[in-house]
Amino acid sequence: MDKNNDVVLLKGNEVIAKAAIRYGYDGFFGYPITPQSEVLETLAADKPWETTGMVVLQAESELASINMLYGAGCTGKLVFTSSSSPGIALMQEGLSYMAGNELPGVIVSVGRGGPGLGTIQPGQADYYQAVYGGGNGDYNTIVLAPNSVQEMCDCMGKAAELTFKWRMPVIILSDGMIGQMMEKVVLPPYRPRRTDEEIAQQCPWATNGIGLKKRKYNFMSTLEFDPQVMEERNQKMAAKYRQVEAEEVDYELYRVNDETEYLIVAYGISSRISMKAIDLLQEAGVKIGMLRPKTLWPFPNKIISQLSERIKSILCVEQCEGQMINDVRLATEGQATVFHAGRSGGMVSSPMEIVEDFKRMAREKMSNNWPKGYWMK
Amino acid sequence: MEGEGVVAIKTKSRILPTNFLLSSIKRGSGERDFMTEEIIIAGFGGQGVLSMGKILAYAGIMEDKEVSWMPAYGPEQRGGTANVTVIVSDDPVSSPIVSAYDTAIVLNQPSLEKFEPLVKPGGTIIYDGHSIIQPPKRDDINVYCINAMEEAARTGNSKVFNMLVLGGFLKVRPIATVEDVVKGLHKALPERHHKLIPMNEEAIRKGMELIQKKN
Repeated sequence: MDKNNDVVLLKGNEVIAKAAIRYGYDGFFGYPITPQSEVLETLAADKPWETTGMVVLQAESELASINMLYGAGCTGKLVFTSSSSPGIALMQEGLSYMAGNELPGVIVSVGRGGPGLGTIQPGQADYYQAVYGGGNGDYNTIVLAPNSVQEMCDCMGKAAELTFKWRMPVIILSDGMIGQMMEKVVLPPYRPRRTDEEIAQQCPWATNGIGLKKRKYNFMSTLEFDPQVMEERNQKMAAKYRQVEAEEVDYELYRVNDETEYLIVAYGISSRISMKAIDLLQEAGVKIGMLRPKTLWPFPNKIISQLSERIKSILCVEQCEGQMINDVRLATEGQATVFHAGRSGGMVSSPMEIVEDFKRMAREKMSNNWPKGYWMK
Repeated sequence: MEGEGVVAIKTKSRILPTNFLLSSIKRGSGERDFMTEEIIIAGFGGQGVLSMGKILAYAGIMEDKEVSWMPAYGPEQRGGTANVTVIVSDDPVSSPIVSAYDTAIVLNQPSLEKFEPLVKPGGTIIYDGHSIIQPPKRDDINVYCINAMEEAARTGNSKVFNMLVLGGFLKVRPIATVEDVVKGLHKALPERHHKLIPMNEEAIRKGMELIQKKN
């Protein structure tokens, strides 16, 4: 039905499914949860197993889906799962195992308000969960933060590339609002799935059978009784993580120039709302701009440090009680004061509320001579 | 807000009173060289609120505009109020949710009470004559009434109710032509429903005749 490169109006969740089919994903394992159920629904409606041969499986739980992802990742297949906050919480064990075995896999997290079962309305309280991880051990995952339906689509392609380039799980951290809203989107052209020969060639580490060449078998396990060997593995992974931090940082600046006096740092839906707030403030003559991290791990520390040499007041907008603010605060290296703005528990700020938060910050700045690096909520 | 209008925000170049934003939130259309229409459509679940928004957004795409469609999702759709924010703009849409609307289309009393105060001065409110008992009271906005429910009941086809309302909206806020809406319908509806499009087009044109200005 859809023509290649055609403009369509789709929900963020629907785009995740359609983009996966077009980017040549080999499989999806998932369990429905609001607000991301449209991913599985769209896959079921589009029946990719009849066209590209992609596997779509509704697992019996989130635990099953992440472990299916783990198993498929071992064989060098490009697979993904999607869920929302409590479901992603259940997946943390499997995620740690995947990271421990240095396996590819894409996890789409469409955040809602928490903690616990929380609410089904949009939230950004899973920054820690995605960036610092709920799983055990010394590991990181690449975290991409789309802020539009088009970027949801593009992130599926980017994640597919990064997860194999670095052999580590990639999380796409979205939220219920981007998942549920519809925008114009241009879908990518169909890319064929990799053949078994291509996988054998590109993934020599994969446990996909020794084949006719009778190569040495590959073995996957996260268990290691010799701590010295375990340390070596950790060091090797850490070296890789430092390299990712050096190469894969991605961010976007909005209306930031030499005269900027105030800075907003926001990702995902908060960055969209902040753009409107910035437009309103700019119209009134306030010199304010925004930095939007497109990767939350690795975090754009360098640019924030550089900007905070001259911009002393930063407003960190996120729809939770303050999680990314700590990373922003660290990135400023004490050179700027960072304020929190945003709602939580499923409520989402309006642009005017962010303007009010900005005014509060400006009033604080006028009334207090705060010490360097002073942080307040 | 405490201290509103008293404390000023100091920038390097000038001092701004904190109530400065009231001036910048006036209606955008007509005053600037680009068009942005921020619309809220609200009513009961089942009235076709979400699909009406979707068709409007598709019509915007047909006119090569930027669009966003943001529903209130969740349990509140079951028998409670359903609403969708649609933004159609010449510029890329920044925030999909807005603090004030250019146009509110309200199809039940609770929605009117919720969204009447959020219409920008000089904006437009459109309500269904049958569903609203107490009409809007504001005199700084344009108030329109459309008897779409009655018309739908009279013709015995309740399913075109939302298209009648859409027609009324397009009459007073011509952000898209009927031809583009029809093109949008072709994209929004699965092919098996395309035979219903002429009936919907007729309803849109009927809605354009039905709408009346109330102030």
